[in-house]
Amino acid sequence: MLKVRKIDYEALRQHGEQTYPHECCGVLLGEMNGEERRVISIAPCGNTRTDSPQNRYHIDPKELVRIQREGRERGEDIVGFYHSHPDHPARWSATDLAEAHWFGCSYVITSVEKGKAALTNSFELTGSDESDKKLLDEKIVVAQTEA
Amino acid sequence: MTKIHIPTPLRQYAGKQPTVEVNGSTVAEALSGLVSQHPDLKRHLYTDDGKLRSFVNVYLNDEDVRYLQKEATAIKDSDTISIVPSIAGGR
Repeated sequence: MLKVRKIDYEALRQHGEQTYPHECCGVLLGEMNGEERRVISIAPCGNTRTDSPQNRYHIDPKELVRIQREGRERGEDIVGFYHSHPDHPARWSATDLAEAHWFGCSYVITSVEKGKAALTNSFELTGSDESDKKLLDEKIVVAQTEA
Repeated sequence: MTKIHIPTPLRQYAGKQPTVEVNGSTVAEALSGLVSQHPDLKRHLYTDDGKLRSFVNVYLNDEDVRYLQKEATAIKDSDTISIVPSIAGGR
């Protein structure tokens, strides 16, 4: 289950509208509590896939190192990532799964249809290693204030 | 000793620790020290033929070691190593 504040939920959706028709991407930071991930902040990122931004995203690891460091200073861990699918369903693709390596984290996808954020879904990356990994549907709980 | 930051998905194989301290004068020695302390990490970091997995990025402070001397990069006690699995995808 992913718990997120309304302000962060709306921000990650709006990010997809801002970058449309390209995919947006970013990091979810917060706390892991067993099967639950609680988002305390989000960090919008640049998409380095300038060769194919309409259907591919990649976060520069150097940006991630900075985001991790800043998160550590606030007592926050990386709990997941988000990206958008312009004019495409909010479901993970074969590419999304192949490129997913953060087991136990949430992968949030928003479909952005004709420039407007539509559906947002979240998936947990499960499995013991690369050979049996799966992205499983998980519930998103959007809270008005604290997640 | 050098501090290695462990990403959230790998902490379960590192005694649930967010950081591990190791000895070593190069990145290779530091990572070797890490998997010696926590052998379950090895298969998640390395392929069967002993190479770092392509999606595992290793940063020495703020520099990707691929653009330094790779695993032969020298390290100091005040340095930190970050293990950063890549994040990518798309429809």
